[in-house]
Amino acid sequence: MTTAVSILPEQQLAVLNAAYRQAVARRRWRLLLGIGTFAAALLLAAIGAEVNLRTLFTYFGNFLSYFDRIFTLDSGQRVWTDVGEWLWGWRKWLKMLGETLLISYVGTLIGATLAFCLNFFAAENTSPAPWLRFVVRRLLEFARTVPGIVFALIFVIAFGLGPMAGVLAIAIHSTGALGKLFSEIVENADMKPVEGIRSTGASWLSCMRFAVVPQVTAGYASYALLRFEINVREASVMGFVGAGGIGQELVVAIRKFYYSDVSAILLTIIVTVFIIDITTGWLRGRLFGKEART
Amino acid sequence: MTPQEVDTRALRARYPDVFDRPASARLAMPAMIVAAFAVLVYGLVDLDFSPSRFLAGLSQLGWISLMMIPPDPGSSLPVYLKALGETLSIALLGTTLAAFFALPVSLLAARNIVPSNILRFPVRRFLDSIRGVDTLIWALVWINVVGLGPFAGVLAIAVSDFGAFGKLFSEAIEGADQKQVEGIRASGGSKLHEIRFGLLPQVLPVIAGQVLYFIESNTRSATIIGIVGAGGIGLQLAEQIRVLEWQKVSFLILMILVAVAAIDFISGKLRFAIIGRRAVA
Repeated sequence: MTTAVSILPEQQLAVLNAAYRQAVARRRWRLLLGIGTFAAALLLAAIGAEVNLRTLFTYFGNFLSYFDRIFTLDSGQRVWTDVGEWLWGWRKWLKMLGETLLISYVGTLIGATLAFCLNFFAAENTSPAPWLRFVVRRLLEFARTVPGIVFALIFVIAFGLGPMAGVLAIAIHSTGALGKLFSEIVENADMKPVEGIRSTGASWLSCMRFAVVPQVTAGYASYALLRFEINVREASVMGFVGAGGIGQELVVAIRKFYYSDVSAILLTIIVTVFIIDITTGWLRGRLFGKEART
Repeated sequence: MTPQEVDTRALRARYPDVFDRPASARLAMPAMIVAAFAVLVYGLVDLDFSPSRFLAGLSQLGWISLMMIPPDPGSSLPVYLKALGETLSIALLGTTLAAFFALPVSLLAARNIVPSNILRFPVRRFLDSIRGVDTLIWALVWINVVGLGPFAGVLAIAVSDFGAFGKLFSEAIEGADQKQVEGIRASGGSKLHEIRFGLLPQVLPVIAGQVLYFIESNTRSATIIGIVGAGGIGLQLAEQIRVLEWQKVSFLILMILVAVAAIDFISGKLRFAIIGRRAVA
């Protein structure tokens, strides 16, 4: 069978081949340089973080045996052979989980409300004054960049131990995150209705209320639900610093080596997070159709 | 005809559904708002919110903020710089480890590589459960296993990102164009050739973008896992908060903000260089 591919004369081919090799060589060289830099950074990081590969391998066995231990009851049996004994504290844990959910709900709602009030000042197209936009944006950035648990640490000292500190920490962090997302939605909104309303002599407030808000509420609700989902996870660890919720129980169980309790509490947390994820996903699909899902 | 002369009654008769929405549709929104508000009030009561406690806390917070000014590291600046370096190391190493281990697993979780639902399902659920546990919890677990220190932080970030990467990578692989894979198969390539020459060139830039994005966001995570004792600047921060050295606290927070901004800037530049101006994650 003959092939239809035409072979070019030798000297023409040589030029093309050389050009190809040169192009590839430059790319390879750059890739190699990139990999080299990355490897150097890794090595530096490994020294900085006191990583030792040998210890990693010895410890990896410990890691696996840790999971073996948390799935073993005090009596030496596997946890799933005696579910009643494994989940002995379910009443208390469910109550703490409820508290966790409430913390994230109240925190998200307060955060979303604050973000709603602030985002019109942060958006490029609706902000009444450039200096105000600058100030509000920096404020939101600060609230977003400082991790929620750092706020929780400080609030625990200011407001005392308990879920209140957790709620406020989550509220502030959500304000920062949602404020940015909300203002991005506003920046994508159609400005014609605003012009229409302003041309009737309406104030800034009425422009926002009647021209912008109707366009953006669906997007806001979608992002707020997504944030709620994230905040449930966040609230589950707020207890580590004494800011309420199931984290309190978990940290005690881990620190005091109550192995089977660790797996039981982790299981309840994972199941709750799954349920919340699925419910909010379904709710968002229901409320705003598929296109609003992110 | 001026607008006033329009006969609204005739319009009402002609378009009944525009003028009279059913009661269920009209009441749904207020009912939802009332319900949301009721849960909020219940939550505030249940979580021990009281105006007096709130105000007392606010004034306390005001004092704390006043005492934070001016930020001052005292004599421990070298220690803090070292801790910051440790944090960046934790983020970089943890993310790299996670990406390294997640790549093969993500192939198993992708529909176009492993068509069998029965095989894919356990892998996906496994990744989901890892993601369901917060990084801080992983940090606590690893501290139990390898002891206090930055190494526990590296492993915590590696494990929790392993779950996230597995999912993101497998989505990137599923989104890849099948034509190139088919081309390789048509020219007689094996299954491994298909992955190496048909799939990886398409997905590697996407994956590189995601890894960079995670290094960025892990700089934040790495600061907080120190709070439970897994090394880095979070450890210093938690200690200074506990001993109420507010000037040092504010200095540390500023350091974190600056470091995060710098990493954001660098990785943003790198990401655009690698994948062009496409959105990631």
